[in-house]
Amino acid sequence: MSGWHTADNKYRITSIKNIRSNNLTVKTFTFNDKACAKAKPGQFLMLWIPGVDEIPLSILGVNEDDKVSVAVKKVGEATEALHNMKESELIGIRGPFGNCFSASKGRVLMVGGGTGIAPLLFLARRLVSKVVGASFVIGAKTKTELLFLDELQSLLGKENVVATTEDGSCGIKGLCTKPLESLLAEEEFDMIYSCGPELMIRKIFDLAEKHGMLVEASLERLMRCAIGLCGSCVIGRHRVCRDGPIFRSEQLREIVSEFGVSKRDFDGRKIQI
Amino acid sequence: MDSDRLSISLTGLKLANPTMLASGILGYSAETLSGIVEGGAGAIVTKSVGLKPRKGYPNPTVVQANCGLINAMGLPNPGIDEFVDEIREAKTVLNVPLIVSIYGFSAEEYAAVAQKAVKAGADAVELNVSCPHVKETGSEIGQNPEILAGVIRKVKAVVKKPVFVKLSPNVTNIADIAEIAAKAGADALTAINTVKAIAIDTETAIPVLGNKVGGLSGPAVKPIALRQVYDIYERVKVPIIGCGGIANWRDAVEFLLAGAVAVQIGTAIATKGPNVFKAIAHGIDVHLKKKSYRSVEEIVGLAHR
Repeated sequence: MSGWHTADNKYRITSIKNIRSNNLTVKTFTFNDKACAKAKPGQFLMLWIPGVDEIPLSILGVNEDDKVSVAVKKVGEATEALHNMKESELIGIRGPFGNCFSASKGRVLMVGGGTGIAPLLFLARRLVSKVVGASFVIGAKTKTELLFLDELQSLLGKENVVATTEDGSCGIKGLCTKPLESLLAEEEFDMIYSCGPELMIRKIFDLAEKHGMLVEASLERLMRCAIGLCGSCVIGRHRVCRDGPIFRSEQLREIVSEFGVSKRDFDGRKIQI
Repeated sequence: MDSDRLSISLTGLKLANPTMLASGILGYSAETLSGIVEGGAGAIVTKSVGLKPRKGYPNPTVVQANCGLINAMGLPNPGIDEFVDEIREAKTVLNVPLIVSIYGFSAEEYAAVAQKAVKAGADAVELNVSCPHVKETGSEIGQNPEILAGVIRKVKAVVKKPVFVKLSPNVTNIADIAEIAAKAGADALTAINTVKAIAIDTETAIPVLGNKVGGLSGPAVKPIALRQVYDIYERVKVPIIGCGGIANWRDAVEFLLAGAVAVQIGTAIATKGPNVFKAIAHGIDVHLKKKSYRSVEEIVGLAHR
């Protein structure tokens, strides 16, 4: 556990510059923020919807003009309020928070489910020119919910992107862990990066352990202070906001009794995932 | 830190050094608390726990002020019946005194929670009669002398372990309240809880916190807390635990000189990490050695002259 600098914790008010619908339930919001534009892949920010709520979001991308993007799925009251906002409306931003994915130089595999693809696309953009090879497995319930397929195919080449859908409407029918069995048996990866539903990540981790490969996984927990004080996001002895959200294989091994099993609710009670 | 200069006795509890984890920080699980003990804390105070589970307030629950943090968590906690498991585990893994912070909506509730906490192994309880942002508990109890005395008496009647009382700074004269708490049987007084505060956004004209008002902690409140500890020491004989914006050894020594026998640290963990306890304890030790004191207890209240 370590400390951090408070400057980025002060929220900044900024206007939404651009809103793009990715599909029926996911929108990408872009805004200007100097501090978050310096974020690294895997880090997250806290987005305040004035008068409604404040939510943690993985950063999807940044550019030199201080533009920052986040992909938001409509899942509850706060995200619905955000989806109802228009361009030029005001939001509050603090962060970036947490650690980031490591920059592996060898052969890497990225596995993302749902909006969990967002931070991995950010990572892929940074890694593509530096690694020996990069493969990407993405998954969603249906073809329309499959995020960033075109972007990933043009970035990594069609042959390096495997799509899976639960209903079989695009690519392999099944969960995105399905093609992994054979993939990990045939190829050696120096690092497997993963983000998405925790049960999916747990399965990826178990497969990687079986094949003796390393994983970096982005985990999610209830987030309040985001600066390592309130204890809302603890998993094992780690605070996801400060010691995570990216956890390596050796850390995941220590928390197998909670990872993919239980999380803490608003009142701090452990509930099943 | 290998010397005995730093060890203190607080209401009979032995602390290897006078730094303690303040209530409200990281206190759900024994596992995270063990990280704080490794960071050097001489004792642990848990998050406040009540009779029933509470979800707390919607975000934002924390907002950064210029020299501190304003928070309105809303006392989220799993309820004492669930929390006793964490107390039992904490007692097996932590080798420092464990103080369970408790709150209630009546004297009976405080007593019931205290009884369960002590039965599960708490070395002491700290009554949260000073949370500034939850109605009908916290400071609404600590600001009312009669209700406060009633709560303390009720708890004292049912538990044999030491009872600490955490005082609110949001009163006209904290020494008056301290005297009432001491007379009602408080074994130690923690001063202070957060100072009631608000943050308003200029662009949207909206209070930032989900609960609108919250409590200010961190460096901004240190001089206020220090003065209140100083005032309390002039009036009461029970041990005082200083709390409010302590971030380095000088801050801690100031509180000791004002009359505190121990200090609690919370907000500084965000900026300095859990090793802040070790750093502060070491700094106090070096200072004591330089000034040729044999024990930290020798400088308690030394500024009263």
